[in-house]
Amino acid sequence: MRISGAEAVIRCLLEEGVDLVYGYPGGAIMPVYDELYKFQDQLHHVLVRHEQGATHAAQGYARATGKVGVAIATSGPGATNLVTGIADAQIDSTPLVCITGQVGRHLLGSDAFQETDIIGISTPVTKWNFQITEASQIPEIIAKAFYIARSGRPGPVLIDITKNAQFDEFDFSYEKCTGIRSYVPVPKLNLDKVAEAAALINSAKKPFIVFGQGIILGQAEEQLKAFIEKSGVPAGWTILGLSALPTDHPLNVGMLGMHGNYGPNLLTNECDVLIALGMRFDDRVTGKLSTYAKQAKVIHFEIDPAEVDKNVKTEVAVLGDVKEALNAILPLIDAKSHDLWHNEFKELYKIEVETVINEELNPTNGKGISMGETLEMINKHSKGDAIIVSDVGQHQMFACRYAKFNSTKSNITSGGLGTMGFALPAAIGAKMGKPEREVVAIIGDGGFQMTIQELGTIFQTQVPVKIVVLNNEFLGMVRQWQELFFDNRYASTKMINPNFVAIAEGYHIKSKKVTQREDLDAAVAEMMASKDSYFLEVMVEKENNVFPMIPTGACVSEIRLS
Amino acid sequence: MEDKTFTISVYSENNVGLLNRISGIFLKRHINILSLNVSESEIENVSRFIIVVNTTEKWVQNIVGQIEKQIEVIKAFYHTDEETIYLENALFKIASSLLFDEKQIQNIIKDSQSTIVTVSRDFFVISKSGRRSEIEELYEKFKPYGIMQFVRSGRISVSKEKMEISTLLETFK
Ligand SMILES: Cc1ncc(C[n+]2csc(CCOP(=O)(O)OP(=O)(O)O)c2C)c(N)n1
Repeated sequence: MRISGAEAVIRCLLEEGVDLVYGYPGGAIMPVYDELYKFQDQLHHVLVRHEQGATHAAQGYARATGKVGVAIATSGPGATNLVTGIADAQIDSTPLVCITGQVGRHLLGSDAFQETDIIGISTPVTKWNFQITEASQIPEIIAKAFYIARSGRPGPVLIDITKNAQFDEFDFSYEKCTGIRSYVPVPKLNLDKVAEAAALINSAKKPFIVFGQGIILGQAEEQLKAFIEKSGVPAGWTILGLSALPTDHPLNVGMLGMHGNYGPNLLTNECDVLIALGMRFDDRVTGKLSTYAKQAKVIHFEIDPAEVDKNVKTEVAVLGDVKEALNAILPLIDAKSHDLWHNEFKELYKIEVETVINEELNPTNGKGISMGETLEMINKHSKGDAIIVSDVGQHQMFACRYAKFNSTKSNITSGGLGTMGFALPAAIGAKMGKPEREVVAIIGDGGFQMTIQELGTIFQTQVPVKIVVLNNEFLGMVRQWQELFFDNRYASTKMINPNFVAIAEGYHIKSKKVTQREDLDAAVAEMMASKDSYFLEVMVEKENNVFPMIPTGACVSEIRLS
Repeated sequence: MEDKTFTISVYSENNVGLLNRISGIFLKRHINILSLNVSESEIENVSRFIIVVNTTEKWVQNIVGQIEKQIEVIKAFYHTDEETIYLENALFKIASSLLFDEKQIQNIIKDSQSTIVTVSRDFFVISKSGRRSEIEELYEKFKPYGIMQFVRSGRISVSKEKMEISTLLETFK
């Protein structure tokens, strides 16, 4: 079949099972857009309002479905606008394939109109990238791109295609990529290491599990549950591991890290065996490394060999697929309950409830609506079944601390990069990927204005996402730091905001603003009941702080409750 | 941990963008590359990078892990100076007149076991292979007479231990 490179791009995407792409057209990618027009019955293209929105939407789609998200942009500014989302996907291991147009081959390197070295720019933030300059390379490279993006530790791949390669015709055929000579996506499981790990776990008096997104990416949720239940080991999660284990599971002891729960952070420095499952000891989780879990023997289940011993020295490293590893270790684990040890978590949780959580969820200080109680209200009406997409800031920490989840792949947030502006477009992608689920975006007044234009995408596509802006008229998280560590000097964190409801209504999105506590319940109920997209602005207490908190550079046992 | 000189060897598929990716790994960690050499290896279509850095063993392990993660990299190793046979190559361009006027020059060439690559009416070129210190020593000897041009290559090295790349490649097939 003799077809153009542009048509080949579309056919390759279809071969990979893609039915939805996010993008924005422009000169250097026009041949591909022309084919999108022809194939619109099979391949749905969502026109975002800014290319950053395309990458975040593709991320939301990928995180909610486990499939590869696809974003398309033109050369130059279109390509550079993708970069923030690509960097975010790289650090959070999200599978993306980004396709950018490029000037014609004969113009490369001539500073032609809208020429940017996007290969050079994206190299540090992609798992792999490649510039295609001839049409005939398209099938092989796109097949490789999908294979690399989704295999092993997933990540973003960028393919840059020169305009001549889109126009030229060649004999098309497609073969999926199943392996690359120099690339070992999943290290082979070493059963001796599994046995060593099992022996260590069986001998432990105070074992503690910390799990991360690896569980979700490796589809090992069932195995995790079985492992926890048999071994009786309490389990805490990193922000990206959230929702892999139901919130109300009796052995779920909460969140780790800077704004995590009191017990799991404190007891990290008391456990004798620390079992890390699919997590990478991010510095937001470990705090000061030199004092992190020094008393513990660390077992690290990890797919990426470069992560082992990178931050924390391990006693036993179990490299490989986490699902396979957990399946292998389960029969070797003694059934135990560790009641006394578990009680230590419960005691500390009680303290946290009394000093922080009660007041956050049922404020008595007369100040104003709290972010925490808004989250509780969302829990009440979603019953833990919604996908919660959070942006970055205080509201994100409240969302991750208080949102309840019954099922996996339900918490979508920008963890490693902390990208404000992530949530609105990511929610669009999540809802399109999982139309049967309720998707609620929780966003601050700051982050909302970073990608507010995607309200236009919501209006145009009629995607029924629910948007909750928690408006404290501050860049809250930065303000909190200014209060605590910079003597209340609120440099450039006060926000004079526009009429958000009017803006949302300008995009024909049903909207409501809540300023009084007594109106919150009804408003959230109305939002959740809506069949259409819905915008809810909640005016929250201006100077509320997120606690507990481990100050940067402090040790996990120095966690502060106030 | 103390800083040491490490030689990192990277076996990789031949790919346009790889040098950029690899150098980025050093850049990101603010580690200076002391010398870099890329050439074909003993295996067809497989390139070999030799990168010399001065850093701690912890860092070099970490860097090698990140390098190995790159899709086109087959395998990366690191070695200390004691574990490798290594040398650099240098070219000295010197005015031809000196060869006849300064008898000492001929002795220097002979003693240093360097070779004359070419001689023309105006200049001659000496090539010297060896450790950095040997080349520097020779440089100091020529210097008083005047060196028209001098250039030194990156380090090339082979390890004393076996590096089972061919067998590794077999397992990939
Ligand atoms: C793109 C980007 N710029 C700057 C920051 C730094 N930053 C982190 S949190 C934050 C404040 C967020 O404010 P807002 O969106 O209003 O949420 P709040 O903290 O008030 O809930 C800022 C500026 C960031 N994370 N991302």
